[in-house]
Amino acid sequence: MNENLTLLAIVLGILHSGIRLATPYLYASLGEMFAQRSGVLNLGVEGIMLMGSFFGFYTVFETQNMWLGLAVAGLVGALMGLLMALVSVTFKAEQGISGIGLSLFGLGVSSLLFKMTLGTVEGVDGFSELKFCLSSVGVNSGVCLSDLPVVGDIVFSHSLVTYLGYALVPVAAWILARTTWGLKIKAVGQNPEAADSLGVSVSAVRYATVTLGGIFAGIAGASLSISLLGIFQENMTNGIGFIAVALVYFGGWSPWGVLAGSLLFSTVSAIQLWGQVLNLPIPSDVSVMLPYLLTIIALALPIRRAAQPAALTKPFTRGEG
Amino acid sequence: MSISYRLGRLLDVLVPFIAVGAALAVGAIILSFQDVNPFTAYEAMFSGAFTNKNGLADTMVKMIPLLLVALGVAIAFRGGVINIGAEGQLIVGAVLTTYVGLQLGDRLPGPLVIVIGLAAGALMGGFWAAIPGYLKARLGVNEILSTIMMNQIAIQVAFYLLRGPMIDPAELAAGTNIPHSARLPQSTDLPRFTDMAKWVGLDKSAADLGLTGFAGEVYGLLVEPTRLHSGLIIAVVMAILVYIFLWRTTIGYRIRAVGLNQAASRYAGINVQRYIVLSMTLGGMFAGLAGAVEILGLHHRMFEPQAVSAGYGFSGIVVALFGSLHPLGIIPSALLFGGLLVGGDKMQRAVQVPQVLITVILGMVVLFVVSADLWVRRRVNRRVSVDEESPPKPPAEPSPEAAT
Repeated sequence: MNENLTLLAIVLGILHSGIRLATPYLYASLGEMFAQRSGVLNLGVEGIMLMGSFFGFYTVFETQNMWLGLAVAGLVGALMGLLMALVSVTFKAEQGISGIGLSLFGLGVSSLLFKMTLGTVEGVDGFSELKFCLSSVGVNSGVCLSDLPVVGDIVFSHSLVTYLGYALVPVAAWILARTTWGLKIKAVGQNPEAADSLGVSVSAVRYATVTLGGIFAGIAGASLSISLLGIFQENMTNGIGFIAVALVYFGGWSPWGVLAGSLLFSTVSAIQLWGQVLNLPIPSDVSVMLPYLLTIIALALPIRRAAQPAALTKPFTRGEG
Repeated sequence: MSISYRLGRLLDVLVPFIAVGAALAVGAIILSFQDVNPFTAYEAMFSGAFTNKNGLADTMVKMIPLLLVALGVAIAFRGGVINIGAEGQLIVGAVLTTYVGLQLGDRLPGPLVIVIGLAAGALMGGFWAAIPGYLKARLGVNEILSTIMMNQIAIQVAFYLLRGPMIDPAELAAGTNIPHSARLPQSTDLPRFTDMAKWVGLDKSAADLGLTGFAGEVYGLLVEPTRLHSGLIIAVVMAILVYIFLWRTTIGYRIRAVGLNQAASRYAGINVQRYIVLSMTLGGMFAGLAGAVEILGLHHRMFEPQAVSAGYGFSGIVVALFGSLHPLGIIPSALLFGGLLVGGDKMQRAVQVPQVLITVILGMVVLFVVSADLWVRRRVNRRVSVDEESPPKPPAEPSPEAAT
């Protein structure tokens, strides 16, 4: 009986952490999905996340204003996205290598500024958890959804940043499926020549999606530093940005697929964290390795490979081919 | 051979230098914001890396892994695969070399162990790269992502071994449990330059010979005790061998053909998938060899994996790009970036500018070089179109082969 209760508590804990930890994956890979749907593989996500992570954290550290921190992270992300768009759309550079360059650049700048300003690891409070209380909508009652058994713990006790990440999934799906913008993005990613001949500016669409992806990646980084962990460390993303790029492949370039992938990865991370807490007889080195191993396996699975945008990684030049 | 053609060629060569110049300029702006005089900082960097024997020795010690890694990256890029996994390939190579050295060091003669150790490191690196190569060739798995993941896995594998089976018994006895291996037997050390100078009878110091100034420093570098080891010779010889391999052998030609145009290569009867795996594996072998050389020449034991790889897997990419993916261009490129890494360290001590400024510069060099590629390509295209506009030649006589 007692053992069953502990097991239940652990499972609840894993599910709670899983939903929480999916936040950076969700933002980063939803943004990256838009870039890839328009034909640009932005491998600089890791660097953009680190920049957003630092600038968001520094802003909150100085002003105590969480939303300002998030906005600054988004702005820095947009600038980094513009840089990636300049290199990969205007200069038509090899996207894989330029993304690695952008990641090195972001790692360098964020670490440099961290050392020159903060110097040591500092903490901030982070976003508070929403409790979904009736009192907050004007009903005079102490009832909160977070008090619900099981579901309350798992679903109704996260920060607004996390909920916004989840809310973006249907929004992204709607944009892709139901708006002219979505149609243009998909056309540019599938057949840029045809889109161009119909008067869609391939460059403008790609600039927009890569910049949007940059904003999301910046926020993803900030969600890690100011919301989930409350600290900034050098290279704190440690590969999450690259996993986010892989999640877009894994999710078959669809928002719902990306959601499923994000949850899978965050749950694996949660299991790994709880494994360490519970002193499971698995060496920590092996469990730390799991998400990366899973990424390779996920990339090798033949999931919706046909959905890959035909012009992915191919720069567009009018009058070619 | 018009003047504008030659000017264009000159520009192609200058592009990487302009890129480094621009990166240093942006770095200078960042420094100015922090109230550091960029000229003082860069002066400290240059003089620390290139003007005295210890700085030069450190520069060349860093040049060794950079050169080897960059050769591997260049082979892979030439073959059309992007190997970002040199970091992990270097680590697993270093681990296996350490294991081999510890197991065989006391049983076999030193030089033999060195040869086996180098081969083991290279093979292990090659194996580690063959996995993403195979996944790319068979299943179309994006090799950039898979090699990055293989880096993380390599780090954890190394930590697991260093905390468990390979840990230094002295650490266990002392109870400190710092994850590093025992020191390899001294018989397995790659000879240092000062050792080799003694073998050939050079044992006077620069001061004894009255050599002063830069000549004295260079003499000191080659003869007096510094950390510079014979891995440098291995790396330079490898660069020449890679040049011969890529441009003078059939396999090398096919690797480059697959890299330039997969469809045409397939049409010409080349097994494209096999060559993708091959160029990836060869690339990994050089990264693994870099790991082996670092262990046998410099560290003599395996410790924290990221401290051994020291980011060479990434800076090696920059070195390869800066050297235009050409083995003979990569040699001076590795020297320059070795100097940049050492100079960054000296700069940190002299003017308190964090060394990570170098990472910023590396990232910018990559962005500049890949962006500038557009102008190089545009010019090549223009040249082709000019040739097409020249008066059409009369149709050639059908050759006897074509007629049959």
